[in-house]
Amino acid sequence: MTAQQTQQDSQSLATTRPEHSLESPLSVHAMTVAYNRKPVLWDVDYDTPANELVAIVGPNGAGKSTFIKACLGLVPTASGQVEFWGQSYRDARSRIGYVPQRESVDWDFPVSALDVVCMGRYRKIGWCRPVTKKHKLAAMECLERVGMHDFAKRQISQLSGGQQQRVFLARALAQESDLYFMDEPFAGVDAATERAIVEVLRALKDQGKTVITVHHDLQTVPEYFDHVILLNMRVVAAGPVAVVFTQENLQKTYGGRLTLLSEASEAIARAASGRR
Amino acid sequence: MIEFDVGLDLFPLTAGVLAAVTCGVLGNFLVLRKQSLMGDAISHSVLPGLVIAFLVSATLNPAVMFLGAALAGVATVVLIELVKKLGKVEPGAAMGVVFSVLFALGVLLIEQAAARNVDLDAGCVLYGQLEMLWWNSPPETMQEALQLKTWLGYEVEPALTDPATGEIIRDAIVRDGVPRQVTTLLAVAAATFVFVGVLFKELRIAAFDPALATTLGFNATALHYVLMIAVATATVASFEAVGSILVIAMLVCPAASARLMTDRLKPQLVWSVVFALASSVIGYFAATSVPVRFDLDSVNAAGSMTVVAGALFVLVIFVSPSHGLIARAFRRASLSKRIAYEDLVAALYRAAERGEAGLSQSQLVEMGADSHLTSAISRAVKAGEVARSGDQLSLTETGRVVAANLVRKHRLWEDYLVTRAGLAPDHVHESAEQLEHIGPAPKAGPSIDPHGKPIPGESRDT
Repeated sequence: MTAQQTQQDSQSLATTRPEHSLESPLSVHAMTVAYNRKPVLWDVDYDTPANELVAIVGPNGAGKSTFIKACLGLVPTASGQVEFWGQSYRDARSRIGYVPQRESVDWDFPVSALDVVCMGRYRKIGWCRPVTKKHKLAAMECLERVGMHDFAKRQISQLSGGQQQRVFLARALAQESDLYFMDEPFAGVDAATERAIVEVLRALKDQGKTVITVHHDLQTVPEYFDHVILLNMRVVAAGPVAVVFTQENLQKTYGGRLTLLSEASEAIARAASGRR
Repeated sequence: MIEFDVGLDLFPLTAGVLAAVTCGVLGNFLVLRKQSLMGDAISHSVLPGLVIAFLVSATLNPAVMFLGAALAGVATVVLIELVKKLGKVEPGAAMGVVFSVLFALGVLLIEQAAARNVDLDAGCVLYGQLEMLWWNSPPETMQEALQLKTWLGYEVEPALTDPATGEIIRDAIVRDGVPRQVTTLLAVAAATFVFVGVLFKELRIAAFDPALATTLGFNATALHYVLMIAVATATVASFEAVGSILVIAMLVCPAASARLMTDRLKPQLVWSVVFALASSVIGYFAATSVPVRFDLDSVNAAGSMTVVAGALFVLVIFVSPSHGLIARAFRRASLSKRIAYEDLVAALYRAAERGEAGLSQSQLVEMGADSHLTSAISRAVKAGEVARSGDQLSLTETGRVVAANLVRKHRLWEDYLVTRAGLAPDHVHESAEQLEHIGPAPKAGPSIDPHGKPIPGESRDT
């Protein structure tokens, strides 16, 4: 098959997928990711509804982080397409923000909290230009939104884990994106930080943004999120929390891990009674 | 004291300083990426690049040599990545395999080249040949020194040829200018500083958070290779003059010392340049001027600069203002002094509460006071917070205010630990004892602590 034919094929394929609307911030079609020839994600299809808070849940090793990284082009995909508002990642890049896992960076690095938040503005600043006062002020505002403006000058190793996570969140806010990917922002944070993150998530939703978050705590899914993707190598179920966050689907996702399931069923029951 | 001869010392010193600051400033990014060994790897494996470039082109043309070395530098980085991935070994092992093999290959190639009467020497790869950079005809007057041609070098008299046979009777008499090694280093140093200055923000984000850098459109892998090319260029330029040992040391020591002096990247870059400068200048004169004073031969300058760089790092480990061992010991000592003081006044407050008139020093020691007690007592008496009558110590009115605040903090913490953290009342004294010395008190609490003792009201110093 020639390259031209392949291109035509993929084009015709695109036209035969009506669900891939231009409004959907993220459309993933038939995405497969493999490490060392072992598939980590298998044939993933997913369309994110606009302006919703989406949780990705699944057991360890289910490919949650990999899903995010593959969408952002940080790990290569074996097959499939990823589109953002109908555009390629390259074209939509400036509208997409990313909060990596906290452990992914060296917190002894000689930068202040404000320096880190300013990094969120680098794309707006552009190549080879210095960080100006205007951008520092914008970064300060973002620190203020997560309640961290008093710590702007602190070196980042002098912050607690929760404070570091809030700095990461502020950096994402500084990107002023329309779609955010967050990799376990709630992992190992204190109660105050958890509240701060939830507030920020809600504020983002109010501004019409979409947030896709890897989340570990099944209990809080119904409380914090609108949509959920149940992931275990493939998408077990995806949709509104009220519809797909069920005992049956969780059983399919987590298999026999019963302790988790009993916690989750409590949460489902709470959510159900809340809806009534 | 310090001997400085323009002819003998100017160019070797300049070459050493330029090599040191160039490698020193780039080293920051290697150290921060935890890839210090990469400088080691590149500086060794450019050797086969140099030799192959020479064997292929059959000239010592600097441009060709540069190209060969830069290519070897990039090949090293690619090879290391490949060995890491395919050999499934840790990065350090991958670097070790690649650079030792390439360096050995370079040595073998040099031997082959040497057999063909070529001026390449494995020894000067390690130590360089700084001492060879003397100036045959330095300017003798200020006027001469201010003329450009003095620095560029010029022909004094043309060669004499026999008009009949065309044979050269006498070579041309020339005055030499700045040697090629120094001009090359000057250009590379300038280019390096422009490179780091212009791409500072990009290098910083790629070192700190490569994934984010890539999603923002600053391809971290590409920036990594650009940095490696810069390191390879700096290495090659420095190599011939100062040798690989100084290059490796300057890629690590100034940056490591600078990291201990500050917690921000820009000041760190400045500090690394300061350390590189200090190591090279001190090292140079330590090699040339000092041994002469003891009637000894001068030693290898590049080696001496390396030793000084290492010595400065050790010094910084001790004297750094925030991370240094001395500063840390001092902070610990002043903290335990403060704790001894606070324990003293709190103990006297509790004694007064029990209706005792005062405590003697031996009673306080029995209660567990440590070696700082004596000095704490004399400071408290001097501050007018503790009064001494005979061997009895008691609080003055101002001392009572200070002590009441401390005891208040302690008992508020006990209350907090019982009511909020759910600890048993007989388990909280130890924790509260630590918490009272650090951090603020819980905002408010009851007027009785978990052990039934009153919590003093908040009182202010007058």
